Formats: sequence, C-alpha cells, structure tokens
Amino acid sequence: MTTIQPKIDTPVTDELALVQAAKGGDVGAFEDLVRRYDRNVFRIAQHITQNREDAEDVVQDAFLKAYSNLHQFQGQSKFYTWLVRIAVNEALMRLRRRRPERMVSLDEEVKTEEDSLPREVADWSPNPEQQYNQAELREILTRTIQGLPASFRTVFVLRDVEGLSTEETAEALDLSIPAVKSRLLRARLQLRERLSRFFQRREATNGKQKPETGDTDQ
Amino acid sequence: MKCAEFLNELTNYLDGAIDERTKAELEDHLAWCHNCYVVCDTTKKTIEIYRDSQLYELPEDLRTRLRTAIVSKCHARKKAGPEHV
Repeated sequence: MTTIQPKIDTPVTDELALVQAAKGGDVGAFEDLVRRYDRNVFRIAQHITQNREDAEDVVQDAFLKAYSNLHQFQGQSKFYTWLVRIAVNEALMRLRRRRPERMVSLDEEVKTEEDSLPREVADWSPNPEQQYNQAELREILTRTIQGLPASFRTVFVLRDVEGLSTEETAEALDLSIPAVKSRLLRARLQLRERLSRFFQRREATNGKQKPETGDTDQ
Repeated sequence: MKCAEFLNELTNYLDGAIDERTKAELEDHLAWCHNCYVVCDTTKKTIEIYRDSQLYELPEDLRTRLRTAIVSKCHARKKAGPEHV
C-alpha cells in the first residue's frame, strides 16, 4: 500500500523578499502575500468556526494582525506557518464567543466513545465519492468533519487538507509533536469510521444513504 | 504484531514517517490481517477524499472584497504609524 503523497509546496523563494518589503512599508508586497494565502486562511477559518461570517472576519483580522506585527516575524519559521498560527487563534476566539457554553481548547485531552478500535471494517466501493453527486458529497464531508471535536478537526485540516508537516502543525498550534500525531490518528480514524456509513460497498447498487442531519460537535 | 500496535503506527505508516524495518513489519501484518488492511486502505481514502474535496472555496467576488478591505486598512495603519496596532 502506498503512502499519502504530500502536497507540493507553494514556492517560497521570493516569500522572504515579500515579507521584508512589507516590513519596510510596501503594502503591495503584503497584498501579494494576501493573494498567496487568503484561500487557505479562509478554508482553515471556516473549518474551525463552521460559520461563513466568522471565517470572513478571521481572514481580515488575521492578515491585519500579521501586517501590524510583521516586525515580530523573525523568519525562523515559514511566513505561512506564522500566519496560520494567528488565523487559528482568531478562529478559536470566535468559536468560543459563539459557543461560550463549551470549552474550546486545543490542549484538551478529548475522550470520545469512538476512541476504541475501529468497529466498521467493511470495505468501501472502489470509487466511493462517485456514489453521490457533488452537492451530496459536500454535505456528507462537511457534516462528518463538523462532528469532530475542534482540537481534532483543526489538526486534521492543517495536516491533511492544507498539507502542513507535523512539525509545522505543532508550531502553528503550539502543541507537542506527539500531541499532533495522537490527535491526527484519532481524527483520521473517526472520520474514516463515520464515512464508512456512506461509502461502504453494498450488494444493492441503489443503496444510497442520506446524509445525517444534526450537529454533533463537541 | 497485534492490530492495536498496527493502529498506533497507522499515521506514521501513511505519512511514510517510519523506518524500513517497522514498515516491513506493518506490511507483513497487512498481508494477513484483512481488517487492518481495510482500515488502512479506507483511512487513506478518507484523507484523499478530504484533500481533493473543494470544501469552503473562497468565491472570487468575496476574495476581492476581503483583499480590498485588508489592503485599505493596511494603508490606514501605515499612515497611523507603527505604534498603531
């Protein structure tokens, strides 16, 4: 079985030059950095906050905060990792504000019922995503990932959707590398378990299952 | 190797972050344990489906609006000086 291929990195050759120019007051250079990463920040923010308006605010506030604090960026890490760290904090702040009844922390050791060994081990159809049309598939994927605890969701999105390395994810989230690995494993297994309901191989060809409704986030 | 040990190494295995010896042990387990093979294969598919999904794409008109707002505020902050944070 082959391993997951990492995403190809965005070229970073001129990135430091853009950061230096922006530090010197070149707003045009900063705009180039915005163009480079706004889609990523928006995606991360919406995955964390699960709210479109909040995600829009996070994009604006994260870039403005980055701009105002560029002098603190020392260049030991990639600019993108530094930006993601700011964006994640902004997103978590909004999530907490919207859901004050829940403790939202990346440090929490979340115990869930699904932490045990996988229960669903039926194989999937060869091209599971083709069993559904695009809108159905999007709903399944959105609802499934929304059901994960915020701390698992965030690690999965940074590592597996955005393609950050384990080290970069740990740095962006201020977590240890073992903590990132542990959350990533549990996030992947839980998503797999939940998606199995929709994607497992069926004898009947028309056995589509409707996406479940209801927010089960914790 | 037991299934629980395999699962503990699953993330490292899928990420290719293991030494050759451990990899050989894991693949030996996969060769005879169908359940772990299915879990491994479907976990890999899970990752690929999310990676290839276009969830939460930023629409171009919203993208332009956000960028315009950001750049305009950057100019305002630049005028206000570096102390204005």
